[in-house]
Order: sequence, then C-alpha cells, then structure tokens
Amino acid sequence: METYISFALAVLAAPLFPGIILKVKAFFAGKNGPPLLIKYYTLIKLLRKGSVYSTSTTFVFKLGPIVSFAAALTVLLFFPFAGQAPLLSFHGDVIVLFYIMGIGRFFTVIAALDTASPFEGMGAAREVFFSTLAEVTIFTVLILFYRMSGSLSLATYFTGENPITLMGQSGALILLVIIAMFMVLLAENSRVPVDDPATHLELTMIHEVMILDHSGPDLALIEIGAFLKLIFYAAFITQLIFPFDVLNGITRGLIFLGILSLIYVFIGITESIMARFRMDLVPKFILTSFALVFFAAILTMGVFQ
Amino acid sequence: MDNFLQIENGKAIPRAAIPEVSFDLFFKSISQFVKDDGFIVQFFVYEEANVYKLLAVVRNSNLYAISTEIGTRFQSFTRSVSEKFHMFEREIAEQFGLKPDGHPWLKMVRYHKNFTGKEDVFGNNYDHDIPGNYSYFQVNGESIHEVGVGPVHAGIIEPGHFRFQCAGEEVLHLEIQLGYQHRGIEKMLPALPHKRYPIICESIAGDTTIAHSLCFSQAFEGLGGLTVDKGAKIVRSMALELERLCNHIGDLGALSGDVAFNPPAAYFGRIRGEFLNLLQVLGGNRFGKGLVRPGGVTHVMGDEQRRLIRDKLAEITPEIEHISDLLFGAPTVLARFEHTGTVEHSVAKELGLVGYAGRACGIPYDARVTFPNECYGELPANTNSVTNGDVNSRATVRREEIMHSLTLINILLDKTETTAEEVHMQECSLSPDSFVVTVNEGWRGEVSHCLLTDNDGKVQRYKVKDPSFHNWTGLAMSLRNQEISDFPLCNKSYNLSYCGFDL
Repeated sequence: METYISFALAVLAAPLFPGIILKVKAFFAGKNGPPLLIKYYTLIKLLRKGSVYSTSTTFVFKLGPIVSFAAALTVLLFFPFAGQAPLLSFHGDVIVLFYIMGIGRFFTVIAALDTASPFEGMGAAREVFFSTLAEVTIFTVLILFYRMSGSLSLATYFTGENPITLMGQSGALILLVIIAMFMVLLAENSRVPVDDPATHLELTMIHEVMILDHSGPDLALIEIGAFLKLIFYAAFITQLIFPFDVLNGITRGLIFLGILSLIYVFIGITESIMARFRMDLVPKFILTSFALVFFAAILTMGVFQ
Repeated sequence: MDNFLQIENGKAIPRAAIPEVSFDLFFKSISQFVKDDGFIVQFFVYEEANVYKLLAVVRNSNLYAISTEIGTRFQSFTRSVSEKFHMFEREIAEQFGLKPDGHPWLKMVRYHKNFTGKEDVFGNNYDHDIPGNYSYFQVNGESIHEVGVGPVHAGIIEPGHFRFQCAGEEVLHLEIQLGYQHRGIEKMLPALPHKRYPIICESIAGDTTIAHSLCFSQAFEGLGGLTVDKGAKIVRSMALELERLCNHIGDLGALSGDVAFNPPAAYFGRIRGEFLNLLQVLGGNRFGKGLVRPGGVTHVMGDEQRRLIRDKLAEITPEIEHISDLLFGAPTVLARFEHTGTVEHSVAKELGLVGYAGRACGIPYDARVTFPNECYGELPANTNSVTNGDVNSRATVRREEIMHSLTLINILLDKTETTAEEVHMQECSLSPDSFVVTVNEGWRGEVSHCLLTDNDGKVQRYKVKDPSFHNWTGLAMSLRNQEISDFPLCNKSYNLSYCGFDL
C-alpha cells in the first residue's frame, strides 16, 4: 500500500518542485516570482486548450508526447522512493529503465524531425549529442554501483541492509557520484548552464526548441514528462545522500521530501549564480561528470581486489 | 580636397554653393577621400528638372559636400572603392531606378516601387507580397544546411529575416533581409505640412526619438533661422543622454538575460524604467516624444524637475555600479561575452561602423565630440578601454557610456540657465534653395538628416539616415564562423533598429 502511495505522491507532486526553482531564481533577481503552484496552473491551462497540428506532420508527431510521457511515468515505477520497495523490480532493471528513458527521448526527437523545421532539427541534433555523452556517465555510475553491491537493480541499491549512500562504506566515492549525477541532472533536464528553459530564442535552445510545435494537451504531456524525469534524477541524488532504511514511516518521508526540495533549491541557486555555457563547452561539462565517476570506478577496483 | 565644400553641422548653405563636378572627378575625389580614412554620412540622389543629382556628404574630422549629375546608370563605388557605399548604392537603385554598374550585391533594400516610375532595377512586381525577387546567397555542399529565422520572431521585437548558411553549428554566412517596416517616410515628408514633421520624425525609430527629433529640429532651425536659447539646449542634451541611458541599461540587462544570468537582467530592467520615468519628468513622455521642437523645447525645466532628476540619479548611480560589477565580474558571463562575435578593426573600418559598434572595434568616432552641437562643446568626452570588437567590448563600451552619460547629466543639472518659454511647432518659412545636414550622436551612433529646399522654400528632398543603416552589415560579419547559438547574443550586443533602417 505504502508503495502505491509513494508513487502516486511522487507523480502528483512532481509539478510542485519546479515551482521551487522559479521561486529561488525570483529571490535572487529581487522579484516575487510566480506562485509556487504555477506549473499546476500551466498544466490545467494547457489541458483545456485544443491542439494545433501542422499539415506537414504525420502520426509520428502526435506519438512523441504520448511516448515520452509514458516513458517517464514507467521509469518512476522502478524507483524506491524514500527507501520504499518499488512497484517493479527485477535483476537488470536499471539498464531497462535508462533505455526506457532513451525511448522517450527517441520519440521526442523523431517528433521534432517530423515537423521538418530547421530549428527543431538543430535542437534534436544537440539533444542527441549531449544525451549520448550523459549516457556514458550514467552507465559508468552503474558499473560503479555493480562493483559496490553486485546487483543491477535500483531497489537493491537504495533499500535493504547495505544501501549505497554517502553515509555508507565508500561514502567518499559517492560524493563524486553525487556531483556527477547533479551535472547529468542539469544536462538531461535542460537546465542552466547547459540549456536555458526560460529563453525564447530558438537558435540557442536545446530541448525547448524540439517541442516548439506542440500545443495544448500534447505540450502538457511533454511538460509532465519533463517534471517526472527531473524528479527521478533529483530523487536519485536524494537517495545517495541519505540512508532511508535507518528511519521509519512518516519521518523518513519527510526527510526525503526535505532533501529533495533542497536539491531543487540548489538547482535554482546554480541557475541564478551562473550564466549558460557556450554551446561548444557543453560536451566538456558533461564529460567532466564522466571523468569524476570514472575516477571513482577506478578506485573501487583498487579497494575490492 | 579642393573639390569639396566644407560645411558645418546644422548650418544651412545655399544649394548653389555645393560644388557640382563631372562624374569622373566626383568618383576620383570621393575615392581618394574614402581611402584617406574618410567616411560617408549621406550619399543620395535627388531629382531636379528630370535630372538626377548624386549628393555626397562625407566626413573625416570635418563635414564636406560634393555633388554630380548622373544618368540612369552610373559606375558603382562598392566594388572598386569601398564597402561603405554598398547599402547607399542599393538604396539609390531602389529609390530612383538608377543602376550602379558593377555592384557586387545588387539586391533590394526595402521592397518598394521607385519614386520615378522607372523600370525596376530588381525586376520585382510590387503587386506581389514581400519578399519578392530576393536571391539569397547560398552555400552548397553535403552537410551544409540553411536556417531561416523571421520575419515573425518569438519575442516581441520588430520583423526582419535572417538567413544562415551553416555547416553544423558553425555559421558560414548570414544574410539579413529587412524592409518589412517600410513606411515611405522620405517620400512622404516633402508632401506634408510642417506641423506633421516632428510627429513623423519622432516615429522614425521609436527608441531613438530624441536623436531623430533633434536632427529634424536642428535642420529646421538652420533653414528657418531660428535660435535656441541655452536653457533649451541643456534640456535637449539631457534628453539625449537620458535616452542613451535607458537603452544602454536595458540592453545590458537583455544581454545578461540572453546568457541566462538572471539577477542583472531583472535589476537593469527595473532601472531602465527609472530612466524612462526621468525622461517623463523632463519632457512629459517616457519615450521622449513631443519634447524637442524647432526653436526649443516644449517643456521648461524648473527647479522641481532638477531636484527630482538629481535625487533619482544620486539614488540609482551606486546601484548601476553594483550591478555592472555583478555582470562583468561573473566568470561565466565573461566566458560567453569574450571572443564572441568579433569584428576585426580593419573590417569595421571598411564597413564604416558607427556608434558603440564602431567604438568597440577601435573607431573612436563620436559625433558629440567631432561635430558638437547643443551643449556638447563644453562637455567632457568619453574614452573606451576595451576595443577588441567582440560582444564583451560592445557591452563594456556601453557600460562606460552609461557612467559617462550620468556624469554629463550631473554637469548639465548644475547649469542654472532656464529656457524662457515653451516652444511649440509652428509653420516657419525655410530659406529657399538651401541645403542643410544635421548630425547627432544618438544612442546607437550617428543619426543624420539632410534637407534640400526648392526655390519656394518648400522641402524638396528629405533624407534620413539611422546608424543601423551602417551597422547591420557589422552584425552579419560578426556571425562569420561563429556558432549559430551565439546569434541572439551577438544580435543583442548591436541591438539595431529595424524601423530606423526601413524608414
């Protein structure tokens, strides 16, 4: 039962957290900022609208938002929120879930290419290039985790006797993983300094430009998908920071929410104190995250052999 | 030099005094002048008794005029002399149907019928919609792709079309096609009663209201023999500086926003509003409309206004310093600004860039210093420390100009002269058969108006030149071998006017 509740809570609360980022950014800019629930209002607005389809698009264009939303939702089924056993879990599920995310991205990309707009093609090329690099980091993290726990299941990493956390045996290595995963989070969720979610300048966009032609409920699905993806990465880092197995019930949930919110606050701070990178620096940024976890992986080889 | 007539900014001269030479001599003189570090202020054609006269106003440290008679074709200066003539010759071809022979880039400028009813040089049928018969420069090859942006843009900005030829993320060539805001100002003005002139001139470019209305007013003062008292000159100079401040501050904020660095964007946005409000304190309108009129200004600056402006400046000057430090002190911002959109000094000089775009490339020309009018003769000049031609230089030049303008306003506030009375627009008799050119340093750079009157004292030809007319080509050159994702940043660092160009 608790498993279902935590999953439902995560899905329902996902649009709340980006509101925190906006509030933090507004604070740094000396503004009041939009209300905390702004993303809910946006979603309601979008869901009440109709969709507009270009005559040059095909069914592929309509498929994009649905698949990317479904992919993001599916991925959360595997996630052990606050150390709670997840709805789905099996040996090798981490590999499946990251490739489900890949499917979501693939459909977003072909939906963008389906519009035949030069902007969307450019955005798709950038998105694919940068996420390919981010994948290297993610899979190096998985190699590291496999060496540490001997398992390929997300649930084993974060639940049970010996969860992988900062407080655990090899906490120093996890520190590197946390930093690397935060960098991947920024890259994968089109945040500053990699991308700018607030810009209206098509030529500089990465993710946003691919969804320019989507409208109404389609856009709402894409947005929800993006919120779910962000909460997945943020929750991943939260789990790495704190061992939830040691506490029980409500306290555990509250601490989880607290750390999760702090990560969003930290995203907001990052976005406020730095400018975007020039496009050609982005690969270096992402590969830095790879270098960090690769280093950590090398260290485990020395430690355990 | 012997063939030129030296003229003065804003001072009317009889048309008969302008030397009219043979085309060959004209060609030779102008070529030599431009090769010796001369620049073009105005270069246009007017029609007189079915004869076309080509009139050039050029500058080095002085202004000179020279004219010649041309037929339906004339030898182009662009290929053999200098790129500076490029836009001017295209404009002539479009306005009068006269073909510059050998022009390497002969395309329409604003897409309109010519004034003379001659056959169109570009072969356009103007019953059809824009964009007509415009052949974009194209790069061919595998992996080359073309990106077209506009004329409808994602932001609330003016319309213009940008055509990029890219190899991956790298821009090989950018072509800028404008004209969507063409309102026919030059053709319209001579037919209008005088009272409508200031209204039209204020609307040439909405963000350069003061500079354009100053140019117009000074031209009418020159031709109509009107004098302006010291108090009015103080108000006009202050208004021009306030306009500069609003725009520079707004643009620094926008540059910051374009690199996703939010705090300065928000703060500068607010401070821009403060300066717009000061412009309202001074002249009753936040964009400076309705303030400058031939013979003076429509609002007398009293002690109340002086106090309001002085107090506000004292309050926000430290804030501006702080936020500038925040913006230019952030390493990530500098990483984006530096070495982005660089225009070499030699290229800038060949293009004849003006204003901050030119100064950022090491061309120190400032019309306030070289051709001072209003109060500028007695005010200190500005110098620029960073002149590498990149986005960082353009931003830093603006930062320096902001601080300079604040100083100028404080100096002007300390002057005690007050204008005697409000001056409103009235019909004034202009001296017949005369010629006047006015030059002002608007916030973007050199704004110039040129008037010719006929033998009844009516305006025969009204020529307007906004600094954007020179500088758009600079933006195109900035993008050469630049990443396409840097275009918005480069564009904002110039922030050129579409309507000022389109007229």
